[in-house]
Amino acid sequence: MNDILTIKNLRVEGRPPGGSYVPIVKGVSLNVAKGEVLALIGESGSGKSTISLASMGFARPGCRIAGGEIWLNGRDIMKLSPHERHALRGDEVSYVAQSAAASFNPALRIGKQVIEAPLWHGAGDAATLTATAVDLYRKLDLPNPDTVGDKFPHQVSGGQLQRLMAAMAMSCGPDLLILDEPTTALDVTTQIEVLKAFKDIIRDQGTAAIYVTHDLAVVAQVADRILVLKNGEMVEEGPTAQILNDPKHEYTRSLMDAVRPAPHLVDHVDGSAAQAPVISARNITAGYGALTILSDVSVDVPAASVVGVIGESGCGKSTLARVVAGLTPLREGEIKLDGKVAAPGVKDRPRDTLKDCQIVFQMADTALNPRQRIGDILGRPLEFYQGLKGRARLDKVGELLELVDLPRSFASRFPGELSGGQKQRINLARALAADPKVILCDEVTSALDTVVAAGVIELLKSLKDKLGVAYMFISHDLSTVASFADEVVVLYAGRVVEKGPSKAVFSPPFHPYTKLLLSSVPEMRQGWLEGVADTGEAKAASAGSVIIGAKGCPFANRCTHVIAGTCDRVTPPLRDLPGELSVACHLDTDALPST
Amino acid sequence: MSDATEIAKPRASVFAGLRLTWTATIAGSVLLFWLVLALFGPWIAPHGEAEIISGTTFAPVGEGGLLGTDKLGRDVFSRLIYGVRTTLLLALITTVISFAFGVTLGFAAANLKGWFDIVVSRIVEAFMAFPSTLLALVVIGAFGTSITVLVLTVGLVLSTSVFRVSRALGYDIGVMDFVEAARARGEGTWWILTREILPNSMAPLIAEFGLRFTFSILFLSGLSFLGLGVQEPAADWGLMVQENVGGLFLGSSAALIPAACIASLTVSMNLLVDWFQQRQQGETVLEKIDQ
Ligand SMILES: Nc1ncnc2c1ncn2[C@@H]1O[C@H](COP(=O)(O)OP(=O)(O)OP(=O)(O)O)[C@@H](O)[C@H]1O
Ligand code: SF4
Ligand SMILES: [Mg+2]
Repeated sequence: MNDILTIKNLRVEGRPPGGSYVPIVKGVSLNVAKGEVLALIGESGSGKSTISLASMGFARPGCRIAGGEIWLNGRDIMKLSPHERHALRGDEVSYVAQSAAASFNPALRIGKQVIEAPLWHGAGDAATLTATAVDLYRKLDLPNPDTVGDKFPHQVSGGQLQRLMAAMAMSCGPDLLILDEPTTALDVTTQIEVLKAFKDIIRDQGTAAIYVTHDLAVVAQVADRILVLKNGEMVEEGPTAQILNDPKHEYTRSLMDAVRPAPHLVDHVDGSAAQAPVISARNITAGYGALTILSDVSVDVPAASVVGVIGESGCGKSTLARVVAGLTPLREGEIKLDGKVAAPGVKDRPRDTLKDCQIVFQMADTALNPRQRIGDILGRPLEFYQGLKGRARLDKVGELLELVDLPRSFASRFPGELSGGQKQRINLARALAADPKVILCDEVTSALDTVVAAGVIELLKSLKDKLGVAYMFISHDLSTVASFADEVVVLYAGRVVEKGPSKAVFSPPFHPYTKLLLSSVPEMRQGWLEGVADTGEAKAASAGSVIIGAKGCPFANRCTHVIAGTCDRVTPPLRDLPGELSVACHLDTDALPST
Repeated sequence: MSDATEIAKPRASVFAGLRLTWTATIAGSVLLFWLVLALFGPWIAPHGEAEIISGTTFAPVGEGGLLGTDKLGRDVFSRLIYGVRTTLLLALITTVISFAFGVTLGFAAANLKGWFDIVVSRIVEAFMAFPSTLLALVVIGAFGTSITVLVLTVGLVLSTSVFRVSRALGYDIGVMDFVEAARARGEGTWWILTREILPNSMAPLIAEFGLRFTFSILFLSGLSFLGLGVQEPAADWGLMVQENVGGLFLGSSAALIPAACIASLTVSMNLLVDWFQQRQQGETVLEKIDQ
């Protein structure tokens, strides 16, 4: 047997605030062989991360390993002293967390942090270790491998930092590598380079790996075997191909069904007949302090329709929503809400204007005041906008709860007593309490499981039909936008690069950036990654990073079609194409990417 | 957890709910003991606050009074009991004053930002750069040693750190999404401060209150020891140390007993704050795990 890790009958317990210990992981057994990648999949709360931490003999504060054996390299690590166990970490096992940014110390140079663990374990002197690290940077395809170690964490992009994190994990030559959702926080375009780098390095070094994720398409690319978890119990285990193509268990099948089809394959909504716009943003320029994020952005949201806004992280999607809501004042341009010009700042807008346009935030957790009961959270806008009090207010809260498919009894709960999906429904209900004409939905499903997210989207659809409310739906999930939005706006580095009816945007001809976005959405097909990572587009895209406020076309440094001398000098204006589509690109219409 | 409905279980008993550690239990008992003495002191104390009960000054423990007598032949035990009232009451008043100042200004600075924040922050920093005892010496020297001056001075000195804590809390919580949501709704500053930010700053503010309270006891005792605080014949622990320090050379413990009492009060308070913070932290860590 060449198993690096064997876990037998692992049980982990956790203690909720003020309660007693409850089981989180209920008797899970697994093993990982040398050079093998085992994926742990399941919804949030299924115990994926808990198991991966336990394989280092570690439990989070408030949790404890209650039973079972954890054999690493032929030793039961539960029998080791805490000190011996500590010595394993960063030597025989290493861990890559979801957010690389949080794992690096911003004040130290990257190279120094990469070699810290092996140095501590006495694996060699700084010079040899640095040489090994540079070698790793090269294998991970990092730009300028010789000098990247001298940079500070904030000087590299998110995707690069995540790869550097992998370098840090690999620097001590571990036998077992644990990757906990290492690409979840990344954009699809960045995800490809990182996945490819991880896969290659694991193969190259023959490391055993545990890969934790909820994204099945990603699993299809990297895993050899898959373990499906539900509520801390093992549901099914098998080789990747079998689990993906021929799942035995009901639950696995339901997970597969929740995977959304690729954006160009979904049924598009047919744009409803042109309505008067409820939001009309004209030539918006806005930013924070000296920084200009949005330049010359124009977006219309017709009444009772859905306008999707897509683009990479940091391209200004949230900023756009904040500007429309008046939270971030615009510098230039004009916003009309329901035909009336709205003041730039929220303080100067009358209540009637405020009422018409509500915003729902990305993180359901932080958008609800943890010290207020649901009844008060929903009751406040009722009182504030409509002057409802006492009985009337109470009744309306109950109606709102029913509207978002929650029981009336939830009114007496605190947000901490709800699940993520339920919180997001409360968020929506709070927006609905104002009886708005349009709701700005900023990534309302991004923090949710696929299954739960699908429920929220269904709810949004039914509310639209029932109440005639319009949405500005911001998301980086192209499949959802493709199936939900009537119209789509593609943002890149604070500029609109393409917009039009959903169908037109997601079918050729494409703007080169839209094309890149679409081809980066992982498919549930083994081998997809290898195919896509080698295309010229992916290579060009990973070579550069987003520059906000660049001269000329913002995409010029990552575009394969770049026209030297033109693209880097002149900003392409949005020009109209047939079928209500607008594209900002210097290429002739028939030269635009069309596959 | 996809269905986190069972978190709010009824608690077995109040004490189980508090999850007291043994240090917290001891510290709590000590504080409770002093509190009871402060409340019922006059009925418990065998003698009056300034009553001279014996001709022997600095009588040892057990002779002439339970804990001996002090430099004037007063009963140390009785003065100790009266002293806890003064000490606790003054500490409470000064801490409340410091919170009234500090929290109002801190939240206002975090919310209004801009020049107001800059001006207030610089003034507070200037105050902090000045040694607090020196500051108190100057103010009390200028305005005389009355209880009002004393209380206001100490309250002011303490409020600088309360200001910094509240300002930081105000900034941190002020950018959270639920506050943004309130702003987007059109809520005014008052609502945002009192309904959104304040309830969510309670835990750290309570801990800060405990720490400032402790500091106030020490500071007031220090001032009394310097002769700037509570004046004779009123009893105050700091003052008692100062009065009887001469007795140390005669083998009297009249100065050591109040000193030990001050220590017991401050150490207990600190332990309780530690427990509270740990408990709070434990909860937040667990909340994260539950997602
Ligand atoms: N308060 C702020 N002060 C300064 N810069 C900010 C602030 N908020 C956002 N930014 C910057 O503005 C840019 C756009 O941010 P924005 O939040 O609009 O992006 P986004 O498209 O919503 O990204 P994501 O998909 O990650 O949510 C980013 O570069 C970000 O760093
Ligand atoms: S304008 Fe030039 S650089 Fe920009 S997307 Fe078009 S071809 Fe590429
Ligand atoms: Mg955003």
